[in-house]
Amino acid sequence: MNAGDLSYILDTFFLLFAMTLIIFMVPGFAMLEAGIVRTKNVSAVLTVNTMIYAVASMAFLLIGYQLAFGTWENDSVSKWAAFLFQMAFVGKTVNIMSGGVSERTRIIPLMIFTVLMAAVIYPLVVNWTWGANMLEGTLLDISSMHDLAGSTVIHSTGAWALLAAIMIIGPRKGRYVGDQIRVIPASNIPLVTLGAMVLWIGWFGFNGGSVGSISSKESADAVALTIMNTNTAGLAGAIVAAVIVYIQYKKFDITMILNGALGGLVAITAGADLFDIYTPILIGLIGGALVVFAVPLFDRFRLDDPVGALSVHLVNGIWGTIAVGIFAEDVSFAAQVKGVVVVGVFAFVVSYIAIYAIDKIVRFRASDDEQMEGMDVSECGVESYPEFKRAF
Amino acid sequence: MKKIEAVIKPFKLEDVKDALAEAGITGMTVTEVKGYGRQQGHSELYRGAEYVVDFLPKVKIEVVVSENDTDMVVEKITEAARTGKIGDGKIFVSNIDKTIRIRTGEEDEEAL
Repeated sequence: MNAGDLSYILDTFFLLFAMTLIIFMVPGFAMLEAGIVRTKNVSAVLTVNTMIYAVASMAFLLIGYQLAFGTWENDSVSKWAAFLFQMAFVGKTVNIMSGGVSERTRIIPLMIFTVLMAAVIYPLVVNWTWGANMLEGTLLDISSMHDLAGSTVIHSTGAWALLAAIMIIGPRKGRYVGDQIRVIPASNIPLVTLGAMVLWIGWFGFNGGSVGSISSKESADAVALTIMNTNTAGLAGAIVAAVIVYIQYKKFDITMILNGALGGLVAITAGADLFDIYTPILIGLIGGALVVFAVPLFDRFRLDDPVGALSVHLVNGIWGTIAVGIFAEDVSFAAQVKGVVVVGVFAFVVSYIAIYAIDKIVRFRASDDEQMEGMDVSECGVESYPEFKRAF
Repeated sequence: MKKIEAVIKPFKLEDVKDALAEAGITGMTVTEVKGYGRQQGHSELYRGAEYVVDFLPKVKIEVVVSENDTDMVVEKITEAARTGKIGDGKIFVSNIDKTIRIRTGEEDEEAL
């Protein structure tokens, strides 16, 4: 066996390992959402999460991958591993959107949008940034934006779609009454914590795998540094969120601390490979702080987001991408901003049109009665906790 | 026969149960309930927004006793459930017309 074969095998194995870690984010999202919604909506949320993985991955296999990269061929790793690694990301983009419209959204229209997102919207964004680059040479060419694992390409894209969805679908019934903001507390904090922690672990594959190769000493170092920096930003995000909520409210709100960690992780996703080991602390600190301030802010705008996905993925997707332009040498600040803007405008406008159109054909929003009874009964017929008292 | 219903702080259940067992009470029904009296609720925090929890978790114990034991049982419960702080709960006493033990068909005092 020659050295070329060995690096092919190693890198293939590396991508398959990273892909497996990323797929752990499926149960991560699922458990986080299952814990944060009321018990009457848990089955529906889990059904959505399962179907998103299945439908989005299938749409990407049949259409999206070709659209994004223009070819299946690959010389440096097994082409099947290259596909699987890219496929692992797709569901995340839709997951970000689905979590934020939990407890009031019907499954069928969501699935129609999932197909559009995984077959067209997300693959186009990938095409312009990591893929075949059909915009090359045009005014909108954003391929010089440095976005290692998708602060913009994945996190912002999904969250722009979520913003469009929240605007069209509206808040959960009873969330905003008159000028009052009614709190709907999480039903299961252990599940929220488990989900967030599993997401955190998945992030090591998300960012580490995006380095793409581990078969030389240099690339092995790059992978290890990327994972280390990823983790550091998560740590900083958790710490700063804890400190801020304690200063503000004299209480430690675990859901905010976890959101802070995830905010730091999203922020570092754009450039974890480029920084020294201390810069991620600053990026994570700012990321976690942004989450704590953004959550109540979105509430003030009457944008009902049960899981805080706008604060975590949109705000920090933007911050993380711009941070690369600020802290990394050889990265143009202007190119980062241009990438954020182009992807943002495209993802938001196209998602808005798509969701609006689907909504005209198949209503997205569950009726007040359906919401009152819970999505489990109206959408699934399977209640998650049939023998417990129902939340009133 | 009288029914004694006591709504108490949940962590006092064990003490009250022991006190009743000492008093020779052989059975009781316990329900998890929520409610408030003068204690009112308290406010909690969730994701940067305060909200009031009106109904506090309590435990309701129901025992049916013969007329003669009523005062003694009420006293035992009162002693065992009291912390001296607000929210200790209340005891209600009401009349019971009839009691039947399902297994044997015994009635009233014999069925207690």
